[in-house]
Amino acid sequence: MCQTCGCGDAALVPVELHERILAENEKTARHNREHFVGAGVLAVNVMGSPGSGKTALLEATARGAAAKGWRLGAVSADLATDHDARRLAAAGIPSRSITTGQACHLDAELVHRALHDFPWREADVFFIENVGNLVCPAIYDLGQAANVAVLSVTEGEDKPLKYPVMFQAVDLVVVTKCDLVPHLDVDLAKLHDALARVMPAPRAIELSAKTGQGVDAWLAWLEEQRAPFAAAEGAPAHGHGHGHGRGHGPGGHEHG
Amino acid sequence: MHEYSLIQALISRVEDEARRRGATRVHAIRVRLGALSGVEPDLFTSAWELARAGTGCAEAALRLERVEAVWSCPRCKKVFAPGDVLRCADCREPAALNDGADALTLDQVELEVP
Repeated sequence: MCQTCGCGDAALVPVELHERILAENEKTARHNREHFVGAGVLAVNVMGSPGSGKTALLEATARGAAAKGWRLGAVSADLATDHDARRLAAAGIPSRSITTGQACHLDAELVHRALHDFPWREADVFFIENVGNLVCPAIYDLGQAANVAVLSVTEGEDKPLKYPVMFQAVDLVVVTKCDLVPHLDVDLAKLHDALARVMPAPRAIELSAKTGQGVDAWLAWLEEQRAPFAAAEGAPAHGHGHGHGRGHGPGGHEHG
Repeated sequence: MHEYSLIQALISRVEDEARRRGATRVHAIRVRLGALSGVEPDLFTSAWELARAGTGCAEAALRLERVEAVWSCPRCKKVFAPGDVLRCADCREPAALNDGADALTLDQVELEVP
């Protein structure tokens, strides 16, 4: 009751909360991250426009990963169809599709559900191929260790300037379809300049899934990200335990 | 458009708080939105208008507090102009972002408690 004048009206009570609106998602993401880290699995969130070459990048990764002795796994999100997951499976990557219906992004709960009854723990590197979209996926933590944006040379050099939230959120930009550069008016120097204006520490790899250009650099980057996980596991790439929260994940590797 | 799902999460959080405190009405809520939060304030507001009908927030005012994104050098504190390369030309340090630039925060609810 109003204590000021005794009028009997309800009192207005201000309650300070200061809570992230995505707190629920972030809680589930932390849970996913504990699973991934505990099982020694490097989880990579792969984002980019529709048609930027996310699936082709993963197909090219499968070809190189065999030589490294890595096992891969993936979940692949689309509004409709499981075409991408089928492509990945055909490339030798055990995959599951997540059909998001109307949702324009993956959230931590969708990823968590997809992990059930799926042998993700067998993977050394686990890709979460997000919905093709340069806007919404950027703000949803999924529990990944690293974020990658895939940007094709056909999309225009100023894409990073138009979508700063996405590019600022990623650890690496993979510039795809570089075999097309001679046929286009694209200036890669301009693209790198645009990245430097939205990312304080820009890192980019120029790649062509078709010719294999840049695939070695991409695999080396993955290996670098994997190092803390591999060390935590005690070197050999396989035979992950199932224990959660073993507490020796990659220190200080929280992103976004 | 993820603004709608954010608003749904926001409304259910506010309803919980109102219920917990025995409030009869939610009078207002205050939300902080950073320029790099990935949320478009206009879309956020229209999603709010659409979603709040019939909920515990039906009569609540939404107050948005917007936070600009400002990049600066962590060493010499020089502030970068919008569109600059995000590395300090003098110190060679990568730029750092101000607190709140990516905020997407429910700061306060104002409840009517009998």
